[in-house]
Amino acid sequence: MSDNRKDSIGNTLRVAVGVCLVCAVVVSTASVALRPLQVENRMQFRQVNILQTADMYTPGMDVQAAFERVERRFVDLDSGEYVERPDNYDQPRAARDPEQSRQIDPDPAGIRRRADVAEVYLTYDDAGALNRVVLPVHGYGLWSTMYGFLALEPDLNTIAGIRFYQHGETPGLGGEIDNPRWQQNWEGKQLRNADGELAFEVVKGQVVQGSPGADYSVDGLSGATITARGVNNLVRFWVGEQGFGPYLAALGERIEAGAAE
Amino acid sequence: MAKLKKMDVLFEPIFSNNPIALQILGICSALAITTKLDTTLTMCAAVLFVVTASNFFVSTIRTIIPANIRIIVQMTIITSLVIVVDQVLQAYAYQLSRELSVFVGLIITNCIVMGRAEAFAMQHPPVVSALDGLGNALGYGLVLVAVGFSRELFGSGSVLGLSVLQPISEGGWYQPNGLMLLPPSAFFLIGFFIWILRSVRTEQVEKDEFSIMPNSRTSEAF
Repeated sequence: MSDNRKDSIGNTLRVAVGVCLVCAVVVSTASVALRPLQVENRMQFRQVNILQTADMYTPGMDVQAAFERVERRFVDLDSGEYVERPDNYDQPRAARDPEQSRQIDPDPAGIRRRADVAEVYLTYDDAGALNRVVLPVHGYGLWSTMYGFLALEPDLNTIAGIRFYQHGETPGLGGEIDNPRWQQNWEGKQLRNADGELAFEVVKGQVVQGSPGADYSVDGLSGATITARGVNNLVRFWVGEQGFGPYLAALGERIEAGAAE
Repeated sequence: MAKLKKMDVLFEPIFSNNPIALQILGICSALAITTKLDTTLTMCAAVLFVVTASNFFVSTIRTIIPANIRIIVQMTIITSLVIVVDQVLQAYAYQLSRELSVFVGLIITNCIVMGRAEAFAMQHPPVVSALDGLGNALGYGLVLVAVGFSRELFGSGSVLGLSVLQPISEGGWYQPNGLMLLPPSAFFLIGFFIWILRSVRTEQVEKDEFSIMPNSRTSEAF
C-alpha cells in the first residue's frame, strides 16, 4: 500500500471511525459485563464502613454475616419517626426527586437538596441493648461531596466514631479525613453541652486541652482549612434540626421511657 | 534493518535498556504506588497488560494508520485498554483499586506505554512488538518491585502485609523509617538502583556533556 493512499482523507476517516468503534465496543462490554460485581463491591465496602464506624469490624471477618446484626431503619427526618421503605430505597436518588425531598435553606453543608426519609443503622450488643446509632452524613468540602458515617453512643450525645467512604479531597491535606489518627480524636467528644445546645465544633488548629470547649471540639487539619470547615458544617447540619435532630430527640425519649425499639 | 532476535527484544529492556534506569521514563507512578508491595504488584500487572496489548494492537494496524492521526489512534487504543483494566480491578480487586485510585487511570500517561507504541510497535510486526512491550513492562516491574519491597520492609517492617521486622509500636524492636513511606524515598531507591546497575554495566554511564573547570581562585575570577 503506498503512503499516498494510507494518508488520504478517506483512509484517515476510515481508520478513525474503525478504531473508535472497536474501542467503544470493548470498553462498553467491559463496563456492562462487570457492573454487577462492581455494584456488589461498593455495597460491601459501605457495609464494611458502617461496621468500622460502629467498632464492630475486624479484618478478614465475614461482612455479610456480621451485617445481619445491624438493623437498617428508615426515618422521616421532619417528624423523627420511623417509617417503612422498601429494601432498595436509595437515599441519594430520593434526594434528587422533588417528590421525596426538599430544598435546604440555609444550606451550611452544601448539599442543596435533602431526602425526606433517611436511613439509619442500629447495632445491638449481645444482651440486646442498643449499642451504636450510625447515621449516614454527607456535605461539601473543598472539591467534593464527602460521604461518611457518624456513630453515636446510646446516650445519643457522645461520638463513637466517624468515617468517610467517598470523597475527592486533596490527598495528604484534606484527604487526611481518612487518617485513623485524626478519626480517633473524635471518639468520646460530645455534641451538645449541658444546656442541650449544639456545641460541637471542628476547630482551626489544635484543641487546647482542659479548655471549656475541649469536650466538644476536634482538631482541625492543618493545610486543609476548608475541608475541615466542611466536615464541621456537615456534622452540625446532620445532627441539627434540619438533619437527624428530631429523630435523635424522639429516640432519646423512647430510650428514657425504657421502650427502645 | 537487521532482524531482531526475539529473545533480545524480550530481555534487553530488563537490564541493558531498562525504561526506568536508563531511559528514566515512568518515574511518576514509581513514586506514587510503591509504599506497599501488593499495590506495586497490581500496578506492574496492569502496566504489563497495557503495554503488551497496546504494542500488539498498534503494530497489527500499523500499515493502515495514517501518519497524521497516528498519535491519537495510539492514545485511543491505550486509553481503552486502561479503562478495561480499571473496570476489571474494580470488579475483582476492589480494595486494591481504591488504594491505587487515580494511578490506574494515569497509566494512560505513563511515558513507557506511549513510547513503546510510537518508537517500536509502529515499525515492527505484532509478535515482536508484543514481546518488546512485555520486556519493557518487566524492566519497569523489576525496578518497581525492588523499590516497593524496600519501602514496605523498611517503612512498615512488613512484606506483603506480613510482619517481618516487628515494629516497636506492636511490641517489637524495629523503629520504622518514616521517610520510606514518603514519595521522595522512591527517588533515593531508584537512584541507588541506577548507581548499582551502572557500576556493573559501565557502558550505561553517560558521557559528561561538558567538563567542569578546575577550581579557580576568587582573584582569578574577577
